Amino acid sequence: MIKVNNLTKAFGPKLAVNDVSFTVERGEILGFLGPNGSGKSTTMRMITGFFPPTKGKITVGGYDVLESPIQIKKLIGYLPENAPAYPDMTVRSFLTFSAQIRGLSGSKLRKAVDRVLELCFLDSVAHQSIDTLSKGYRHRTCFAQSIIHDPDVLILDEPTDGLDPNQKHEVRGIIRRMGEKKVIIFSTHILEEVEEVCSRAIIVDRGRIVADGIPEDLKLRAPGAGSVLLKLRDANVAEVKEKLQQIKTVDSVLVLEDEFTLSLRIKAKYPAPGGDLALSVSQAATDAGWRLEELHTESGRLDEVFRTITQSETAQEKAA
Amino acid sequence: MTISIRNTWVITKRELGGYFASPVAYVFIVIFLVLTGFFTFSEQLGGFFLRDEASLNSFFSWHPWIYLFLVPAVGMRLWSEERRQGTLELLFTMPISTTQAILGKFLAGWAFLVIALVLTFPTVLTVRYLGEPDMGVIFTGYLGSVMLAGSYLSISCMTSALTRNQVISFILSAALCFFLILAGWQPVTDLLVEWAPKYLMSIISSFSVVTHFFSFRRGVIDSLDVVFFLSLIGFCLFTTSVILRSLRTN
Repeated sequence: MIKVNNLTKAFGPKLAVNDVSFTVERGEILGFLGPNGSGKSTTMRMITGFFPPTKGKITVGGYDVLESPIQIKKLIGYLPENAPAYPDMTVRSFLTFSAQIRGLSGSKLRKAVDRVLELCFLDSVAHQSIDTLSKGYRHRTCFAQSIIHDPDVLILDEPTDGLDPNQKHEVRGIIRRMGEKKVIIFSTHILEEVEEVCSRAIIVDRGRIVADGIPEDLKLRAPGAGSVLLKLRDANVAEVKEKLQQIKTVDSVLVLEDEFTLSLRIKAKYPAPGGDLALSVSQAATDAGWRLEELHTESGRLDEVFRTITQSETAQEKAA
Repeated sequence: MTISIRNTWVITKRELGGYFASPVAYVFIVIFLVLTGFFTFSEQLGGFFLRDEASLNSFFSWHPWIYLFLVPAVGMRLWSEERRQGTLELLFTMPISTTQAILGKFLAGWAFLVIALVLTFPTVLTVRYLGEPDMGVIFTGYLGSVMLAGSYLSISCMTSALTRNQVISFILSAALCFFLILAGWQPVTDLLVEWAPKYLMSIISSFSVVTHFFSFRRGVIDSLDVVFFLSLIGFCLFTTSVILRSLRTN
């Protein structure tokens, strides 16, 4: 549905987006991650046709963004960063305006406006002017604008920014439900959001894609991912270490604490999402008759992956 | 074609609603009416009663000067506000063309100015009550005034695309409009005539809105004057589109 090929955007001598390529198909919810200024917003602005690319090609639904911008804009619903809206309009008149410009009229228009007012929980403020709204309401108003024409493609730049935890949960729910039939690209700083909502994640750093995959796979890139944490009562350190090292898939054993309880981190040779290593460890524990207090596999955290990837790249750059 | 008209109309409607949603519209209309009334009827300035003629000459002669400050006040927000609020991004990711957006917003501002101008009708009633004016001349005068307001507005539209600061936009467009008055204003042309060759002077004064407005005031609709105003508007709106496009590429 969305094809991005060798996309580059230069602002003066600075490359905001550098040779980015990816495709997104219907039914995918793509999380776009990256530090501030990494080129997320710029990429989204190029897909929506706000910025023309310096180099590269973008097609949405078969249309080229430079050749048929109007066709593409009809397909896309877009929530820009900071959720801009006309402050002198009421929520209802703003949504009516967006619907009219999307070609809706008459009873269709009224239905569309009522639908998004309800979907985004805006009924109570429908007749309030936008500049009197709190940030959360303003944000949802702009979000409502992006879905008013029930678009095939939804591009959301930080859709949950500035919302309270309940509202965040609601918006994520809406995105997840809509993602079944649409293509959704959204950017965020919140990594739990990616795990909760996305079927795929792309991490960008300084204009380049540094990781692309399903969140579970990405998580394995965390330094501790796949390790097993083991806590034992009344155990002999040397004996336990020796036993554990005999397991074939164990890479190293690190003693974290050795007082009343002995706790160890066992690193796997080949990190995998399953619990294979934990099974082997528990087998060893039963055989030796250890008094087991805790045993669990660390799945690795996305924010660790994010930090490792984006920081190591920065370090490399500095070294070079 | 119908879709583009529809899109332009949606933009115009929103923009015009925007004027009346804020106190700006009412403040503007009141000040405009007070100023035109004052300049028309004041003995020192317009001298409506001293002229002893049934015409609106004293009314129209001050329009280029009143518009000089008031039209940039109407036009200064057209694009700079969109840029400041970030709604420019919203507008240009909706399925409309740049031309439709520019035209829609410009027509809204123009319609607003026409509404303000229509509200000066008591002046016409006054002159009708006192004498027997030539209604044709009054009509062309109004037409010229609408053209004048439109060309100032197109200049404001252009300068407001240049900056997100409304004050800068106001000053720039007032300065440009002032130049367009000066080029044909009699004290300036009198000065020019002393040293400049005649052809140069006529070129300079042909750029002036005053010269072109003058024939409307005399009751003449000269196609040359109409072409002048319309091409000035067209040029400024085209420049606006160039500015807006370059904003998005850089």
